[in-house]
Amino acid sequence: MNIVVLVKQVPDTAAERTLSEADHTLDRADADLVLDEINERAAEEALTLKETADAEVTVVSMGPDSALDAIRKVLAMGADRGIHICDDRLHGADVVTTAKVLAAAVRTVGDVDLVLAGNATTDGQASAVPAIVADLLGLPQVTHARKLTVDAGRVRAEREAENGEATLDAPLPALVSVTEKINEPRYPSFKGIMAAKKKPVATVDLGDLFPAADDAGFLVTRTRVVEAVPRPARAAGIRITDDGSAGRRLVEYLIAQKLV
Amino acid sequence: MSGAKPMKDPLDLLDLASVLTDEEREIQATVAKFLADRVRPHIGEWFENAHFARELAPELGKLGVLGMHLEGYGCAGTNAVSYGLACLELEAADSGFRSFVSVQGSLSMYSIWKWGSEEQKREWLPRLAAGEAIGCFDLTEPDFGSNPSGMRTRAVRDGGDWILNGSKMWITNGGIADVATVWAQTEDGVRGFLVPRGTPGFTTQDIKQKMSLRASITSELYFDSVRLPDSARLPLAEGLRGPLSCLNEARFGILFGAVGAARDSLQAAIEYADSRVQFDKPISAFQLTQKKLADMTVSLGSAALLALHLGRLKDQGRIRPEQISVGKLNNVREAIAIARECRSVLGANGISLEYSPLRHANNLESVLTYEGTNEMHTLVVGQAITGYPAFR
Amino acid sequence: MPDVLVLVDHDGERVHKSTYELLAAARRLGDPAAVVVGTPGTAARLGEPLARHGATVVYAAESAEAGEFLATPAVDALQLALRESGPAAVLVSATTDGKEVAGRLAARLDAGLLIDVVDLDSSGAVTQIVFGGSYTVRSQVTHGIPVIALRPGSFEPEEHPVQTAERELALPPIDPAASARITARHAALAGDRPALTEATVVVSGGRGVGGADGFAVVEELADALGGAVGASRAAVDAGYYPHQYQVGQTGKSVSPQLYIALGISGAIQHLAGMQTSKTIVAVNKDPEAPVFGLADYGVVGDLFAVAPRLTQDVAARRAGS
Repeated sequence: MNIVVLVKQVPDTAAERTLSEADHTLDRADADLVLDEINERAAEEALTLKETADAEVTVVSMGPDSALDAIRKVLAMGADRGIHICDDRLHGADVVTTAKVLAAAVRTVGDVDLVLAGNATTDGQASAVPAIVADLLGLPQVTHARKLTVDAGRVRAEREAENGEATLDAPLPALVSVTEKINEPRYPSFKGIMAAKKKPVATVDLGDLFPAADDAGFLVTRTRVVEAVPRPARAAGIRITDDGSAGRRLVEYLIAQKLV
Repeated sequence: MSGAKPMKDPLDLLDLASVLTDEEREIQATVAKFLADRVRPHIGEWFENAHFARELAPELGKLGVLGMHLEGYGCAGTNAVSYGLACLELEAADSGFRSFVSVQGSLSMYSIWKWGSEEQKREWLPRLAAGEAIGCFDLTEPDFGSNPSGMRTRAVRDGGDWILNGSKMWITNGGIADVATVWAQTEDGVRGFLVPRGTPGFTTQDIKQKMSLRASITSELYFDSVRLPDSARLPLAEGLRGPLSCLNEARFGILFGAVGAARDSLQAAIEYADSRVQFDKPISAFQLTQKKLADMTVSLGSAALLALHLGRLKDQGRIRPEQISVGKLNNVREAIAIARECRSVLGANGISLEYSPLRHANNLESVLTYEGTNEMHTLVVGQAITGYPAFR
Repeated sequence: MPDVLVLVDHDGERVHKSTYELLAAARRLGDPAAVVVGTPGTAARLGEPLARHGATVVYAAESAEAGEFLATPAVDALQLALRESGPAAVLVSATTDGKEVAGRLAARLDAGLLIDVVDLDSSGAVTQIVFGGSYTVRSQVTHGIPVIALRPGSFEPEEHPVQTAERELALPPIDPAASARITARHAALAGDRPALTEATVVVSGGRGVGGADGFAVVEELADALGGAVGASRAAVDAGYYPHQYQVGQTGKSVSPQLYIALGISGAIQHLAGMQTSKTIVAVNKDPEAPVFGLADYGVVGDLFAVAPRLTQDVAARRAGS
């Protein structure tokens, strides 16, 4: 079985995240970058399958040089090989471009049975990339899975959404995205860390993935940030004394803050 | 509540991370993450309840921490710097865990790996590396600490067997060990023996009422006419050189570990000083607090540099025992001073187990004494620079 | 006025409130055209309320299997409707399903996608709140027909009765090799709360909760908000709540979008574990409690009066969407 895991490096959620003033993209220079936690669970799911079935696990990540660290971490956990999509032209890529590039990278693997991804990343929360990749590859989207069974050429999953759960069933090949509840990822072992250095990682750029596309015609983003305003520093907050209406006023406050 | 943005990592002012290899950084980060998940949330409680989380041994084994710098027999085979960095992170969580790992890897496993027969290595090393079995190392006696050559534990020949009598004291992991490396006088000098748990005549008693290393087990061991086959003897160890070689391994881990305890204490103090407001400003904005934090940062950085330098020497196969003494002497001394000073930054909150500095300071009281007291390492350095041994 | 396509959220019988929010938003950009994907007869059942909220056209994309497959029928239906109407924009709800439909549609159209939008103006520029509230961003689409996913609750539904024309769309048959089949649906497991450190909402109780029984109030509010439950050290030490839920110096550090502290005074040890939360709400009887120094919204009052009311209003609002 050929399994591809899509992973992304994100700023540590514990750290403050800032947008660059120049182009309103996420300022990564200043942040501690880590392998996204949910992606790590997608990798764990792939490696668990590898333990029971004869599988080769390829880990794919798009990002600058530092994304290699995320790939290496998954290799240290036990994946077999990596594909690092590294191209300066992808800086500021939108969701659609990201998905197109990832789908193109998956195609280079050939005969893929299963594509695994996290259902969201902690930096963007668009949660749409896995579904788009599935659409582009013509695969069933088995997304937001909190439980997964792969057996006899089919995949079954418990999908979690805000309006309840659904059981999904699809034939392989398929794309699965997992939620944070699916498993507890393993720690890479020291032997794994040392072995990871010897595992192959192919570095590819847009020219490799889209040989026919001309530079000018390749759309990196279809949206533009006009303005980014940081949230004002925490000021002395609102304080009320309950006169019986506090519950209602609190709800109004939460609604105004777009929190409910 | 911060003022102007402080530097990204105030705990690595000298940017030592930049001179580590990717592999060393990844190993360090993996240990730190494991401890953050599995140990840190509970360590205050374990310390208070004098609980050693033995169930973590197989998990540490799975990571590859146990005997990590040894080659073969299921060991990971990392370099010495990686081993040091793992000890640093372990001790940043709690000296008790670092002690467990030091004893398992550098004393128990190393003694077997270095001085044992092929049969002994095959029997014990894979299980000890996996954390399925636990080992201890028995040199110190109730009346012989800095002076091990006076030990009273004796092994005498009885036909093809050995009969072992005596007792050992302050033995980390003693009460739970599956195998003990016991050093005893024989008519040919000091020899080492592997004594499995349950051997008739071998009993242990854990030491209670400790004020230090409460999250690890310290025991007294008794050997009452314990009969051992000659195959239990470590065939390659002759004289005190046997146990002392192991102690050098362990001290190497300690000189890194102490840096971890100090770093964790300083982190607690810096964070606390930033959030604690007195006289309408964070106490980190007061000059007296800044002097404490700055002095500690300087001494932490120096200790870390020293550890890293010694690690590089060890990886080049060039480290000498007196250099390890310099490291242990300086780093433990500085670490305990930092931990105590950090406690003072925390004021009354500093005596609560919610904050680490006093726990680290108390743990470091043991670290200051075991594996060669501060005084003995001072004399080792003294002898190295003058040529005069002044031990007795 | 150009058409603006709106994907209708419904359960087969009832239009969800989020759809009315989409219709209200759509009217800022043009004439709303509602796309109903469902089993035959669904659009006819839903036509009246859609007309009442301003849908000038209702596209009926109906087939027997439309409800059995995930996302694909909706993406196909929107693509067909686009060919019919050439709209100014496509609006969907930024739900789990909606975001995926929007993404797939945008990719098929090679068009700009804007997700988690909380406001938009007649020029098509939108407002998003990103990184858990640390930035407010205004963006616009620069290529293709804008595909916009609106965060539920961001717009007020408006009644705006119009004449509605119903048009049929012929959904293509679904390729079962390229779509996931939904074989069962069930309600979310009760009490299945998110992990404390990963939750976007955390509701914590302290000594002021008064006992283990009192934590029911904390749990109910957390469940209404889809959040996790936390506890202060004082509450844990007093045995009100298990240790693994402790937030603070010892225990977990959390950084949710919304942190609600009920009956927590705000000892420095507790603040250390939650002060990076994006919005902090505190309810405490003691007006001098230090937690008020950090709270964006503080209520001096009895948590047993305030929290149940809050739970009730939040639950009512959720049920309406």
